[in-house]
Amino acid sequence: MDNENGTETVGRGDKGSSGEDSFRNLSGFKIKALYGPEDISHLNPETDLGLPGEYPFTRGIHKTMYRQRPWTIRQLGSLDSPSRANERIRHLLKMGATGISLCLDMPTIMGKDSDDPLAEGEVGSCGGVAIDSIEDMRHLLEGIPIDEVSINFVSNSQSAVLLAMFVAVAAERNIPLEKLTGTMQNDILKEYQAQKSYYFPPRPSMRLTVNTLSFCNKFLPRFNPISISGYHLASAGATPVQELAFTLANGFTYVEEGIRSGLSVDSFAPRLSFFFKAHNDFFENIAKFRAARRIWAKTMRERFEAKDRRSCILRMHAQTSGSSLTAHQAENNIIRVTTQALSAVLGGTQSLHTNAFDEAVSIPTTGSEKLALRTQQIISKESGVINTIDPLAGSYYVEALTNQMETECYKYFKEIENLGGVISAIEKGYYARIIADSAFNYQEEIEKRKRTVVGLNEFFEEEEIDIELRAADPGFEDEKISGLTDLKKNRDQALVKTCLNDIREVSQGSDNIMPALIKAVKSYVTLGEIIGEMKEVFGEYREDYIY
Amino acid sequence: MSRGRKKRILIAKPGLDGHDRGVKVVARALRNAGMEVIYAGLHQTPLQIVNAAIDEDVDAIGLSILSGAHNTIFPKIISFLKDRGASDILVFGGGTIPKKDLKNLKSLGIGEIFTTGTDTHEIIDYLDRTLKR
Repeated sequence: MDNENGTETVGRGDKGSSGEDSFRNLSGFKIKALYGPEDISHLNPETDLGLPGEYPFTRGIHKTMYRQRPWTIRQLGSLDSPSRANERIRHLLKMGATGISLCLDMPTIMGKDSDDPLAEGEVGSCGGVAIDSIEDMRHLLEGIPIDEVSINFVSNSQSAVLLAMFVAVAAERNIPLEKLTGTMQNDILKEYQAQKSYYFPPRPSMRLTVNTLSFCNKFLPRFNPISISGYHLASAGATPVQELAFTLANGFTYVEEGIRSGLSVDSFAPRLSFFFKAHNDFFENIAKFRAARRIWAKTMRERFEAKDRRSCILRMHAQTSGSSLTAHQAENNIIRVTTQALSAVLGGTQSLHTNAFDEAVSIPTTGSEKLALRTQQIISKESGVINTIDPLAGSYYVEALTNQMETECYKYFKEIENLGGVISAIEKGYYARIIADSAFNYQEEIEKRKRTVVGLNEFFEEEEIDIELRAADPGFEDEKISGLTDLKKNRDQALVKTCLNDIREVSQGSDNIMPALIKAVKSYVTLGEIIGEMKEVFGEYREDYIY
Repeated sequence: MSRGRKKRILIAKPGLDGHDRGVKVVARALRNAGMEVIYAGLHQTPLQIVNAAIDEDVDAIGLSILSGAHNTIFPKIISFLKDRGASDILVFGGGTIPKKDLKNLKSLGIGEIFTTGTDTHEIIDYLDRTLKR
């Protein structure tokens, strides 16, 4: 970032990226050649940094950080069929993973059963698991200690239904609900903004999310009912500062909605969790994580008047950047993932998922998956970076960048507020516009070689690239459908009808929907049937396409 | 296509997947290159896409598929186009599509498939070349 004598370098003439313009981070901030005391003259170490484990948590959320509490090594444990996913989860745990993330297949994500005509060709797709009924949830979790190992369901629009299945299976296994650990991603706002797996309009979706918040607050005190996610915003194209600002604004919106529904802020805010991307720019990422904690803490205390210190703590999961991985010279991705993972650790994450190097061309193999996991273990146990807490605090550059991230965030907060808040900004196309612009700019920078991607626009080598989709077993779709057909045939049909009627009634009213969902999943009503019934009441969302 | 008319391209994302970063970048790149782009949006069925292509009188259909459903969806689109006597509409695609599937898709009548890492100019050049004939 800086040169030998610490002066500004103009037009350093290497091929490809060159000149002053290349000294910018991914958010577009111009990076100076040298940082010094004058860059952090406004920083008050006591109030802006504090000690680790103390307000405003800039230096981390625990007093001793990784010396006593290593981050959770959380890898993806999903596969097409619930029983195969179960085997994979066991395998990952045996290799030393300490948490699991579970992705769903596209039909489940879109609230459709495997036998839905629109699910054709997509059952078990994208390395995700197909969940139609409680039967699938039983197989998925069989023998997994769900009161000890936290499972993060990468589930959004259908989270209330999956939570109902999860709770029902725990009850069958006589696990007290208050012991259940885990997370539902359940962040619906970013679906409209980026990932696009929505079906209901934003307001009924928000109601479902608030229902789960309030249900978990009462019955599942150790469970994270929501993981407010910037990762998808960044994958869709948002720059790191946009990712940070939009995610925090979404977080504040959930807090407002929780309060509006009658919950006290300290009753649910401690269980809100976050998920960010660890992207290519090393120090920018660290600054992003530190700024996230500080902004959250200050806003929770000052604006929402939280009294419980845990309400002010931003706990996060991080994942290295899938969108930074290349199909060309795929082994280079091992190094990308390593530096990104290191930045997440130096940024103070609580949980980390390292991507497998072959993800741009296939669903990870057992070998690449193991390498990704071992990368974390090497950082944790060999590199020595965990020996002291928050080693970068006080760095002129890191602190200046953290401040800059914070300042820029407030500009976005103001814009969103001026549009009438997050939901209204979604409806006005604000996010679609900004994210499309950022995604296009990024592509253009790569094509014009203003931004280097090693092995792609510089140091390119001719090679045969092949993509391998470890698609579900060829027979899996038929097998899944036939199992589902049997299940639908052999259940108490009258009970199914009653359950669906109940769901319709509760949807029309304002009571918490969770009890009706739990009763329904126990009676073998399927996910697709439940979502279908809710769509009748809530309607379906259609966005204006902006590109 | 008739002389002097701008190329009209329907861009769509069939299937259930909503990851639309790539499809939107391509749509904008084609628009910036002077083509008329109609973006049909997410979650389109093959029949909806074919109907839109005929209604909009397009020269080509560009499809983005990242979910692995290409072997189900592409053939349906080709066959619906044939049924409607619209096989002159060029179909091209992009996404995560293995090489072993390319041959089969091309033999069905898909013009070209652009996979990850493609420069948008490659797509523009391809359409310039192919739609001139």
